[in-house]
Amino acid sequence: MAVTAKPATPVRLKRLEAIWKETPGFLGWLTTTDHKRIGILYFFTSLFFFGAGGVEALLMRTQLIGPNEATLSPQAFNEMMSTHGTTMIFFFVVPMSLGAFGNYLLPLMIGARDMAFPRLNALSYWIFLCAGAFLYVGVFSGNAPSAGWFNYVPLASKAYSPGPGIDFYALSLLFITVSTTTGAVNVIVTIFKLRAPGMSLNRMPLFCFAFLAVSFALIFALPALSTALILLELERLLGFHFFIPASGGAPILWQNLFWIFGHPEVYIIILPAFGIATSIIPTFVRRKMVAFPMVALAEILVAFLGFGVWAHHMFAVGLASATAIYFAAASLVIVIPSAIQLFSWITTIVTGTPRFKTPLLWIIGFIVLFIMGGLSGVTFAAIPFDQQTTDTYYVVAHFHYVIFGAAVFPLLGGMYYWFPKVTGRMYYERWGKASFWLTFVGTNITFFPMHILGLDGMPRRDYTYGPEMGWTGLNLIETLGAYLLAMGLLSVFVNLAVSLFKGEPAGNDPWEGDTLEWSTTSPPPAYNYAVIPKVSSPYAMWDKEDREEDERNLELGRKTLEQGHETPASTAVDAEWDETLEMPSHSAWPPLLALAMSGIFAMVILQQWFAAAVFVVLTALAIAGFHLKEPEEA
Amino acid sequence: MLVVAGIVFLGAVAMLVVGWVRRDTPGLPILGSSEKANTMLVVLFGIAIPLVILVALFIVSDLVLLKETDAPNADSTAMTVTVTGHQWFWQVRYDGTGAETANEIHIPVRTSVNLVVRSADVIHSFWVPELNRKIDTIPGQANAIELYAEKAGVYRGQCAEFCGLQHAHMAFRVYAEPPARFRAWLANMERPAVEPTSPESKLGQRYFMEDACASCHTIAGTEAQGTVGPNLTHLASRQTIAADTLGNTPPNLFRWIRNPQSVKPGAKMPGLGLGAARYHAIVAYLAGLR
Repeated sequence: MAVTAKPATPVRLKRLEAIWKETPGFLGWLTTTDHKRIGILYFFTSLFFFGAGGVEALLMRTQLIGPNEATLSPQAFNEMMSTHGTTMIFFFVVPMSLGAFGNYLLPLMIGARDMAFPRLNALSYWIFLCAGAFLYVGVFSGNAPSAGWFNYVPLASKAYSPGPGIDFYALSLLFITVSTTTGAVNVIVTIFKLRAPGMSLNRMPLFCFAFLAVSFALIFALPALSTALILLELERLLGFHFFIPASGGAPILWQNLFWIFGHPEVYIIILPAFGIATSIIPTFVRRKMVAFPMVALAEILVAFLGFGVWAHHMFAVGLASATAIYFAAASLVIVIPSAIQLFSWITTIVTGTPRFKTPLLWIIGFIVLFIMGGLSGVTFAAIPFDQQTTDTYYVVAHFHYVIFGAAVFPLLGGMYYWFPKVTGRMYYERWGKASFWLTFVGTNITFFPMHILGLDGMPRRDYTYGPEMGWTGLNLIETLGAYLLAMGLLSVFVNLAVSLFKGEPAGNDPWEGDTLEWSTTSPPPAYNYAVIPKVSSPYAMWDKEDREEDERNLELGRKTLEQGHETPASTAVDAEWDETLEMPSHSAWPPLLALAMSGIFAMVILQQWFAAAVFVVLTALAIAGFHLKEPEEA
Repeated sequence: MLVVAGIVFLGAVAMLVVGWVRRDTPGLPILGSSEKANTMLVVLFGIAIPLVILVALFIVSDLVLLKETDAPNADSTAMTVTVTGHQWFWQVRYDGTGAETANEIHIPVRTSVNLVVRSADVIHSFWVPELNRKIDTIPGQANAIELYAEKAGVYRGQCAEFCGLQHAHMAFRVYAEPPARFRAWLANMERPAVEPTSPESKLGQRYFMEDACASCHTIAGTEAQGTVGPNLTHLASRQTIAADTLGNTPPNLFRWIRNPQSVKPGAKMPGLGLGAARYHAIVAYLAGLR
């Protein structure tokens, strides 16, 4: 009697599922260490902050709709202006790109089953959440910061900002640097050590190069910010004198420290967007990127050169001419790697056969806005011109083209692009296109007239202006543009929310995508890949034989690692199989540790030093607990 | 700069349009589909052309133009004016003279003036868009810039660095005048305040000294020697009050001193809650300080 072999695949999948299962329900979200669920938590939390920052922006635009408006008091305007910048940069763009997109996609793109340090990953998220909550406790208790997002001293010193608003700002940022640093370390180790065997560095998608560059930039940039914040709080809470000239301090010290962090931060904000663009373009134009190695190098070069240009934010503080000229030259040099990437995208689109679906539309919108923002950016390297336009609406126009146009547009395009992967459903295409046009037009109506107002002399951060200045018409147009823009964004999220429940099933690979994540199911299982995928080019999904080999391996039980909670580690450059790692599973310690740390910050702001010390001890205990090895589960 | 930027922008967008028109045809127009040609295109547009434009921009703006607009050597200028930023007004002194005023700077036309800026509190930025670049006023540091007006006239200036609640109401005016007129103005500035003559303004002077006004303001030649607020010795000769917020008329002056917080919320000057008659008298006194 012939025995038909029972197909092995379903059995293996079941076994993997059991191994990678987490606690069900709400508790599962609290204790998860699954990079995809952490990515989703990051997504919704940073989306909430995007909404908050957006409301703040609309309030400001409403105040500026006409001359001498009184929607907001001067104090309220300054609070909205400071909180808007701080929220958008620290609590929306960076966590959305690095936390949500990076977390969800990086392990999938490199064929890993999780991030290198899953618990640290969860900890990064919980600290981010607590730090954001900390800032907004300040805002809602009437203690919002009001010295701008770059918080210059002495305006931010105790003498001129006596309330606790600045302390909420400084401590929440200090807190979130912990989250961002651990997140960056995690990304670096994940990319270097967890790539699927065979994915040598030259076979790594450009998306990963961008995130690698960002993570390195963060590790070197954040200490300057933390230092500045610690000095500020020592001065504000304990009476030190780092920035007070009468006691031998220097206010410019703050500016140097802040911008040593702050300019690399600009590239930290924009590089993930470049990474997203290099993912979306090949898929929709159906060809590989032009000049791949040059783009990879340019991504890294931008992050590196970004550290040498900070003083171009300070051309009006009275620098020596030689210093200013050096920083101007460095700022011009950084144009080159950006131009290389730009023309690589454009040439790829021109030489390919593009399908203009919603994600690609956002990327094209991004390219157009990035050229605008890039060109206005170049003009700041002309020192006399910079000293005319700095601190005017011209700068506001420039950095909104760069940060909103060039960094957020790809994030939105990415949301559409990976929506089918994350949810298993399709969004509404026509609706998506309409949202794009609404947002694109709204963006230009809001931000383009700011160039003109700035050249006409309107300073930024003025809570109002007089009718005699002749700024009324353009301000009205900008405010109407902002409302249009808000409607565009709202329609994006309504589309995605409705599609989440009613969209057509997407299947594994609705776009014929180029990278690995399209080979697994939508949404991906907890273990990502049943077989550690074979990789022989940066466009792994287009290597059909490799994917067929994965199928055969699954049936035969090769490279499935179904004996434990495991993922392979590979060598850093050539990605040869190094060892098999036992990955930690779900845990309650990350949120507990983040809570204990929040206690320290809360007690510091209340100046309850003894209670703060108690929370330091609790934090130490939580760190110890964090490192305990869980008992073997049956 | 604008023209070059326009060409670059339109050129890049034109390439995208070509991409849209040829969306069903792979490869480049004319050059066809050769990877080498594609890469060369990136090198040409991404490295070669930017390099030329950037070097040109650098030489013109950061070497040539910068030198032309740089702060002058103090010896080479006819005079030095020191401007000190305060929350939220500008204190103006003429070095080597006793002249002091606020929120307006008179300079002789077609004369290079060495303008030194300082700060009494936080960082402000001195900026007259039509005359020169902006320069920050930084506590503990003196910065300088050249102030030079080719044509006689009034030029508006304002604070450009966010400095707190009334950053929006921290403007000033530069009056570029024929030298003779400037000298007459300066001579008047050096004189002490004129004594009040009418009974009401005499009363006003008494109230000014009795109530809190004198503790913050200076009126040269009187016992008012406060240094917190602007010098009022020749207040009536100024065109505006409250840092270019209101025209300098008796009704505006009344409105301002009676309730400063309704005109400039957060301003350092408190409303003193005196009776209307007292304010009228003080206005009569101030309006006579030519």
